[in-house]
Amino acid sequence: MIRKVSTHINQNEGLIFERSRPGRVGYRLPDLDVEAVPVESLLEGRNLRDDSLSGLPEVSEVDVIRHFTRISTWNYAVDLGMYPLGSCTMKYNPKLNERVSRFDGFAAAHPYTPDELAQGNLQLLYDLERSLCEITGLAAVSLQPAAGAQGEMTGLMTIRKCLESRGDARKYVIIPDSAHGTNPASAAICGYQVKTIKSGPDGSVDLENLKNVLDQDVAALMLTNPSTLGLFEEKIEEICRLVHEAGGLVYMDGANMNALVGVTRPGDMGVDVIHLNLHKTFSTPHGGGGPGAGPIAVTSELEPFLPFPRVVAEQGVDGQTTFRLDYNRPQSVGRVRAFHGNFSVLVRALCYIVSLGPDGLREATETAVLNANYIAHHLKDDYEIAYDGKPMHEVVFTDKRQQAYGVHTLDIAKRLIDYGFHPMTVYFPLIVPGAIMIEPTESEGREEIDLFIDALKSIAREARENPELVKKAPHQTRIGRLDEATAARKPVLRWRPATSAAGQK
Amino acid sequence: MLREMGLKSVDELFRGIPTNLQLKRPLQIPPAKAESEALGYFRAMAEKNETPVTGRKMASFLGAGAYHHFIPTVIDTLISRSEFYTSYTPYQPEISQGTLQAIFEYQTMICELTGMDVSNASLYDGSTATAEAVLMAERVTNRTKVALAGNIHPEYIEVVDTYIRNAGISKVTLPFNEETGTLRLDALNGLSEEIGAVIVQSPNFFGGIEELQRIAEATHRIGALFVVVVSEALSLGLLQSPGRAGADIVCGETQSFGIPISFGGSYCGFFATREKYQRQIPGRLVGMAHDEQGRAGFVLTLATREQHIRREKATSNICTNQGLYALMSTVYLSTMGKRGVREVAEQNLQKAHYAARQIAALDQYQLRFGSKFFNEFVISGPLPASELLQRLREQEIIGGLELSRFFPEMKNELLVCVTEVTSRGDIDRLVAALKSIGSSTNR
Repeated sequence: MIRKVSTHINQNEGLIFERSRPGRVGYRLPDLDVEAVPVESLLEGRNLRDDSLSGLPEVSEVDVIRHFTRISTWNYAVDLGMYPLGSCTMKYNPKLNERVSRFDGFAAAHPYTPDELAQGNLQLLYDLERSLCEITGLAAVSLQPAAGAQGEMTGLMTIRKCLESRGDARKYVIIPDSAHGTNPASAAICGYQVKTIKSGPDGSVDLENLKNVLDQDVAALMLTNPSTLGLFEEKIEEICRLVHEAGGLVYMDGANMNALVGVTRPGDMGVDVIHLNLHKTFSTPHGGGGPGAGPIAVTSELEPFLPFPRVVAEQGVDGQTTFRLDYNRPQSVGRVRAFHGNFSVLVRALCYIVSLGPDGLREATETAVLNANYIAHHLKDDYEIAYDGKPMHEVVFTDKRQQAYGVHTLDIAKRLIDYGFHPMTVYFPLIVPGAIMIEPTESEGREEIDLFIDALKSIAREARENPELVKKAPHQTRIGRLDEATAARKPVLRWRPATSAAGQK
Repeated sequence: MLREMGLKSVDELFRGIPTNLQLKRPLQIPPAKAESEALGYFRAMAEKNETPVTGRKMASFLGAGAYHHFIPTVIDTLISRSEFYTSYTPYQPEISQGTLQAIFEYQTMICELTGMDVSNASLYDGSTATAEAVLMAERVTNRTKVALAGNIHPEYIEVVDTYIRNAGISKVTLPFNEETGTLRLDALNGLSEEIGAVIVQSPNFFGGIEELQRIAEATHRIGALFVVVVSEALSLGLLQSPGRAGADIVCGETQSFGIPISFGGSYCGFFATREKYQRQIPGRLVGMAHDEQGRAGFVLTLATREQHIRREKATSNICTNQGLYALMSTVYLSTMGKRGVREVAEQNLQKAHYAARQIAALDQYQLRFGSKFFNEFVISGPLPASELLQRLREQEIIGGLELSRFFPEMKNELLVCVTEVTSRGDIDRLVAALKSIGSSTNR
């Protein structure tokens, strides 16, 4: 019995190019207020475009609004319901953040505005850095990285620079096989080779395996805490101690920070560098694939190596604090992107922190962990849990029991769509076959979670009694499972006049 | 809920954390602000920023990779729809067709503007797109050297330096002509065959238009890839597409297409290339696909290039990109369309040239470089640009960027940008202010 959704009339829509009609206009600019001079006298003929931009559409404003509004209704979104995506922390995006980020003082500011005229923006960066330092228990933060993966790269670069300053950059980064794919990818860009170690069954770092690979050539260990199975790395202090004794540094992937904020701090554990995902833990919207922000927090020893520029606060004689950008950072790893970072995302993150305060942040963490445990408790009878420990903010199951009926994780995920939810994370971490990773976040109330539990229990029943129903899911969507294999063999990556999507939906 | 789980308190859920690591005090950050308090707090902060529309509303002639342009209202209306901004990466295509189709349209428009065959779904920004182009050139050619024009945006170059430092790639800098500010074409003679890519920006950092076709020829003669970086995307509305000129990769920044200037971010990096290189392109790609009933839809594709499959052998480590901002640019390009993009570009050209003519007519000022330009140009004045800017500020004008910031020897040079939102009144005010500052220096 599906209670969360019903089928309904939903608008069809082709590609924007198919709406195009010669002569349609969707804009009006003011008239040119200077004397116009023939374009050919200002630019050489060979520099001028000769295709009259025929590839862009000609549509009216109504066309634009109808087109994008219609296709938007084909999306699921947090504002519609829960995303149980493990490791993604799809929490609610507070609307106040949206309003504040749009203030003209933030949105209309040029990045090269002289420091004296940009005090508000510099203060914002500084305040956010200080807040994240307190939350992580580390000494300094760089807000420059544009996303988690870039944060990882930047963090590893600071580690490398630090080791170089000690005399030897070393060769390897140790990564458990339970890690997110961006971890080894980022290590490769930093010129490190990856040594993969087998994780424990709970996704944790296996101490024996770690000791076996720790030597003078190891630059760093990258780990995720809680692990990608959602379990706290209880031996974290010892792990950090072992790595430090070998002369290496510890990098923590902060994707699972939603289990820790206000409760414990990576800096206190002995971690040297952590990246945060502001679009996960700190509520900034996912935007259908970005933007995010991946700031890194580091120990005081690593602070000189952070990207430049850094925001510096200075007390004036009048007691007023002024902020300025300091570019004089001789030991910095350099710049990882132009200007100052994904500023519009940073505004939202600070607004979130400011709105919750210390109590709210802690309560969010407690609720996130409570919700995940509640789900684990109620689904343990129907699904095989990957590891029977105390999950934190996310829990991992496998499709072992459903496989007996020929039903796999992917099918369960697709059938969940019919029940009105976005699927959970599937097939990650790699060390759990058929992984089903569920993270409800603190944003979900009991009603939504109970609906979710009911849905999964119902699907487990369907797997036993009517497996075809699950294997052929989803049934209620505008479009069924797409043939991704053929799409990859003969990629069609852009529209041409002969391509048509209209009328086929 | 706790009772159902047989627990007494939430604290029991954290028993897995060693006691000595459990925080025994609240985080030392200010207590929670109510909505009205938070609004007041951020309003006060925002008001401490000078922009063309806040504070003293100073006229701004700043460009240099971030541009003040007109942003149609419909963009914010549409991207404020929950289904766009609160949705996840479209890994589950059945319930993400809105996002996927919009990206497919974006990819198409970028191809049209750049003259390339395939575009990705976005990268972080223009600077990292340039770095990714360098990494891709190494993958494609197996050569570990790249040649970068010295008049590319200095911060883009800094980012490339950071990315290549440990990637086993080295760079040579191609000099620019002191008279024209454009790349010295003779420097392309005798380019080593160890070079995998020649990378230029056009319009370049000084605003000048490069001779793309000739650079393409020289590059291809040594079997290297020709990469063109575009930081002012609106120039593509008027200028010949780099694809037509022979580019193999065109990358850069779409901030000019409807994205707020927002103190430098978030922006949107674009990246496009030829079909033969499509499996080496970094970032996400959306392709068309069909379901069992033959219905057409869209899906993330060629994922075997990416980090979640190839891990350390991925074409890039990128995961989250700038999805919502690519959507903003797509809405911009749809709204302005074929005619609007051209009209905006022309207004930029005309206003900038009007300003340049007026300034060049002043006794103590010259146009520093003789090349053709789009909406940015460099002027030389009678005193150091940093002082000039200070004096202009007293007259409520932010006159541009002092080049000495990046080129210490160019003490008196100022990079001036004029766009369609710069009014004639503001241009005339700038000219009058420059004139009066110049004559007061003369005494």
